[in-house]
Amino acid sequence: MGDFKEIYIQELNKTFGKKKAVCDFNLTIKSGEFVTLLGPSGSGKSTVLNCIAGLIPITSGKIYIDDECIDDGINSVPAEKRNFGMVFQNYALFPHLNVFDNVAFGLKIRKVNKELITKKVKDVLDLVHLSEHIYEFPGQISGGEQQRVALARCIVIEPRLMLLDEPLSNLDAKLRIEMRYELKALHKRLGITTIYVTHDQQEALALSDRIVVMAEGKIQQVGTPEEIYSTPESLFVASFMGFRNIWPVQINSFRSDNEVSLRIGQLEILAKLQDKYKKSPLRAKGGNIPIFAAVRPEDIQIGDGPVNQIDVRVEVVEYLGQVKQIWATAYEETFIELSTINPLNAKPGEVIRIWIPPEKILVFSEEES
Amino acid sequence: MKNRSFISGIIYLLPAILYLLFLFVYPFFYGLYLSLTNETGNFTLENFKRFFNDPWEANTIWITLKLAIPTTLISILFAIPLAYYMRHGIKGEKIITLFLILPITLGSVFIAEGMLTYMGPRGWLNRLLMTIGLVKEPVRFTHNYLGVLLALVINGFPFSFLMLLGSISGIDPNLEKAAQTLGASKWQTFHQVILPLWMQGITMCLALNFVMAFTVFPSAVLLGQPSGPTRVISISAYQWAFEKFNFNMSSAVAIIMGIIELIFIMIVMILRQRGYRGASRIGKG
Repeated sequence: MGDFKEIYIQELNKTFGKKKAVCDFNLTIKSGEFVTLLGPSGSGKSTVLNCIAGLIPITSGKIYIDDECIDDGINSVPAEKRNFGMVFQNYALFPHLNVFDNVAFGLKIRKVNKELITKKVKDVLDLVHLSEHIYEFPGQISGGEQQRVALARCIVIEPRLMLLDEPLSNLDAKLRIEMRYELKALHKRLGITTIYVTHDQQEALALSDRIVVMAEGKIQQVGTPEEIYSTPESLFVASFMGFRNIWPVQINSFRSDNEVSLRIGQLEILAKLQDKYKKSPLRAKGGNIPIFAAVRPEDIQIGDGPVNQIDVRVEVVEYLGQVKQIWATAYEETFIELSTINPLNAKPGEVIRIWIPPEKILVFSEEES
Repeated sequence: MKNRSFISGIIYLLPAILYLLFLFVYPFFYGLYLSLTNETGNFTLENFKRFFNDPWEANTIWITLKLAIPTTLISILFAIPLAYYMRHGIKGEKIITLFLILPITLGSVFIAEGMLTYMGPRGWLNRLLMTIGLVKEPVRFTHNYLGVLLALVINGFPFSFLMLLGSISGIDPNLEKAAQTLGASKWQTFHQVILPLWMQGITMCLALNFVMAFTVFPSAVLLGQPSGPTRVISISAYQWAFEKFNFNMSSAVAIIMGIIELIFIMIVMILRQRGYRGASRIGKG
């Protein structure tokens, strides 16, 4: 859908005073795609979104829709002429207008005739299940309903591009998952090209066709949710995507082309590296670049295994229902975090045996990107 | 527990209640009583009749309105664009605000004294105007209607600005962004989003400004012609009380002042009824 093939953002930079908020941001978004900007707060993801919307002027760079340049830092199409819809974290509903008039706002500005406005607004309110609240004011409806009004207000103008700025972060956990599902269904149904900003990796994984991981104003990695989740390109992306065990390591030796023996303090661990992760240990072999190994807590197994067996002392156990989160130490110096569905009844102070599957270990050097 | 919170509630309220009783309620009703009696203490409406039948007295209402209404409108019309411009904060906001608060803190007498020399026939302003050739004769800025009006605006403008800035800052800046992304121009955003939400603050400011200007006394005496064109209603009340020692008549004038202020506020509020009256922010759902 959509009346364009792709949106192309080239070398986007934004500085606030001396602070660089966004640095050399390049991205191409295909029509109909759902792209998520994922990053911790202060990573510049919302700034990028506001720049695309035209709400803040860019410092340099270019934004194209196909061949049409909508912003080059000097000339820019104003936000009100871009026909991009935006949903804000606090929804930004007009408190003095009822649900109908909030949704109709963009159509009235476009001088659409009255009957058509009524029809379109009613249709879109049906779509987001809000028909019974049509004459209520934003202050009278719940947060989840306000969220739907904000979405409806954005969809009804048939935007070329939909920009969502952490739209679910003000909702409670249950509603957030419901709305996430609805967002996805809505995107499937309408096919509106969407850029979504969030700091929540679950949301990003669940919703996106592609994820752009950002930190300190720079893109860290672009890829499908699977790529980002299982093959992070840098230590930062790995730690952000749930590789909570990150240990500084030394390279002992290469056992074979892809097997490397690592030393973590007094521990010796064998890692089986995918091609992608070979270059940093190879580079580090001679020099003294710091190297790190990363493992997800849920990839660590409890019990005896073929390799990488470690006896650890349990320090803290968190019961999370389906899983248990365990913090443990090996040789009093290496912290290991694991989560398990094993109904094991480990208590703090006990020693348990764990093993780490070698193919689950990723190896990074510090300055990867 | 319930009983205790009731008692502690009373204790917290006590200073306010005492203040209201002794410094507002009692003097107010005493004044009302005085205005409705003659010097021997009998009930009468004579004081009010006397005021309205004497053109010299009744005219003070018109004179005061002629000062108060333009003052209010000028102050607000100047303050609205400035507050709008500064709504998201700007560089040097603190210094600008400081300069604007100064006239309020210094008080109207100080400003009047300053204006008398600065704007007088041989003052700086007139010399400047004559040097650059804008005028040939010194312009009379003081001891007339214009002088009082200027003094009132100098006091009323910063007051309006601060009130209006307070109320516009309470409007979520995201609403403007939302309106913009929905296609609204700057003017449409102002007219359809900001103004309806700001109206509450503007009317409040209008009412308070009017009341302040309507009770003008020092500026009218110092900068105007208190025996003629700027003989405002408070001068009349003053003269009845402290020149003719007729406190009954003076109270009647004060009551008339109050009634006119209430009528003005009511008109403003009635006009206000038409618009949105809720909060300018939505609470959590």
